[in-house]
Amino acid sequence: MAEVERADGIELAPVPSGKSWDLAGMERLSTSAVAGKVLAAMGEEDPDIVVLTADLKFSNQTVDFERAHPERFVNVGISEQHMVSMAAGMASVGLKPYVATFAPFVGLLAGEHIRTDLAYPGLPVRVIAHHAGIAIGFYGTSHHATEDLGLMRSIAGLTVVCPCDATATEAALRQTADLPGPVYFRVGRGRDVPVYDALPEAHWTLGEAAVLREGSDLTIVANGITVSGALEAARALAADGIEAAVIDAHTVRPFDGATIAEHAGQSGRLLVAEEHNVVGGVASACAEALVEHGLAGVKLARIGMPADEYSLIGPPTHLYRHYGMDAGGIEAKARDLLAA
Amino acid sequence: MTNPLEVDRSERVQEVRDRAATVRRETVRLVGIAGSGHYSSVFSCAELMGALYSGVMRIAEDPDWPERDRLILSKGHVAVGLYPLLAERGYFPEEWLDSYTRLGSPLGDHPDMRRIPGVDFSSGSLGHGLSIGVGMAKAARLRGYDETRIWVLLGDQELNEGQVWEAAGSASHFGLGNVCAIVDANQMGLDGTTEETMSVEPIGGRFEAFGWDVVEIDGHDPEAILAAAAALPPATGDKPQCIVARTVKGKGVSYMELSRTWHIGYLDPDDAAAATAEIDQRG
Repeated sequence: MAEVERADGIELAPVPSGKSWDLAGMERLSTSAVAGKVLAAMGEEDPDIVVLTADLKFSNQTVDFERAHPERFVNVGISEQHMVSMAAGMASVGLKPYVATFAPFVGLLAGEHIRTDLAYPGLPVRVIAHHAGIAIGFYGTSHHATEDLGLMRSIAGLTVVCPCDATATEAALRQTADLPGPVYFRVGRGRDVPVYDALPEAHWTLGEAAVLREGSDLTIVANGITVSGALEAARALAADGIEAAVIDAHTVRPFDGATIAEHAGQSGRLLVAEEHNVVGGVASACAEALVEHGLAGVKLARIGMPADEYSLIGPPTHLYRHYGMDAGGIEAKARDLLAA
Repeated sequence: MTNPLEVDRSERVQEVRDRAATVRRETVRLVGIAGSGHYSSVFSCAELMGALYSGVMRIAEDPDWPERDRLILSKGHVAVGLYPLLAERGYFPEEWLDSYTRLGSPLGDHPDMRRIPGVDFSSGSLGHGLSIGVGMAKAARLRGYDETRIWVLLGDQELNEGQVWEAAGSASHFGLGNVCAIVDANQMGLDGTTEETMSVEPIGGRFEAFGWDVVEIDGHDPEAILAAAAALPPATGDKPQCIVARTVKGKGVSYMELSRTWHIGYLDPDDAAAATAEIDQRG
């Protein structure tokens, strides 16, 4: 198994045993890469689970589900809109379909299908939108999804979650298993730094923003790949006596604005870091929450794709550094915000 | 001596005719309540919908019977013609029809599966229906519902939607002989004829190329519709089935027939009465 490419050399936390995905050699994989294993395990328990993909079973590891339950695996070829509508039809007959493909080809290309065929009828279809954000790097903008949260979080009846690591992915998949309506999982490329296993006191609970670290000087809200970077940035700031709270805003809809407003209201400064355009995603949700809680005076800074830019070409970790989404970028932006 | 089967068939033909007339009459009445609607798109498939609810579909008193046949109105804008048939079956009170399109009514221009018993899927966004039908058919297979057939009513201009062909290809790839697509080939979209706007022919040839069995019929002839349905192979087969129903948009009200201006329209009460009289006379 390949080592995670981390230019900053962060040490990866060990993964405890006892998880669905904890197979030999899987310690370094997370999010999309474990989803197939988790689904294969869930499929043992629930015969109604079916999995669909669009010619990407090796990219998203749904091949693990196929090997365990070949009769319940459907490869539709390259037809993502059809896949979402087909899953809707299957759900209407009583099955629980999970569809998986690259985020831009489902969260954007099939956005109307998610709205009209899944959310409007309230059907229990789960969309695993993987390699979200700019995680696929030099494949370029056609393969990036930096607008999907803006669309997904405005769809009535849709649950939107962004698990940041393997533990969170399994928690998200299992905690949403019996929701009556649809779910959009926004996950990375499967090489994300483990977060929750290094924080035994932290819990991933659907609908509740997870406070991973307390701190009174500023509040950092992160989501997906920025969570590990935010924690690392907070540790670096702490070395200089600056205490930053770090919150994983993993459930984007429904959004736990109260927890974020409570912390940001105390510190007076809020930094939001996300792998998304700065318009329409978690930063926008935080800004709405602040105003709704009468906290318009909180100073807000945003890290994400600049409002009017598409990503440069580059390897993912280089892009994260370039756009300030990694630990160094988050730390620097935090210092700017504290100086403002 | 009279052949009982012949009697049965002629009775069913008359049932289809009666239901088609009901569909047209009620469409005139309900669109009158709304003040605007898709008369002519409903009129072209009145016999087709009438036939589906005259013994062609395997349905029961319980609209949620798991093993029932299902109908997806992929051309969802003809829901106003479906509602009277569902009310007739007792799936919801007749009075609901009088609330058509009123604030808070379950009955809108496009059908809502969550609010209307007997609607198997919400529709309105053209191009989705055949995919949904493929999903239902695949699920029916997984569930072991061997006799369940999934009917999808498509418009001809709708066939411009690329997703229809994603679905068509997958239905044959998955061997779903329990899907039956009915194309209401009424020759028109909203802007004019399909030939002018964006051609769709050869409809049958296109489906055949995607691995479907195809029959072409006169979609206003109840006998032909019933015969085509009766001739379908068992739902356990492995080739999806397509019925290309040659129809006339606006059929039944002379000045609406193949008229571009009647895709969406409104008849004032006098004109509605005259249209209803023509429907009754031709019914």
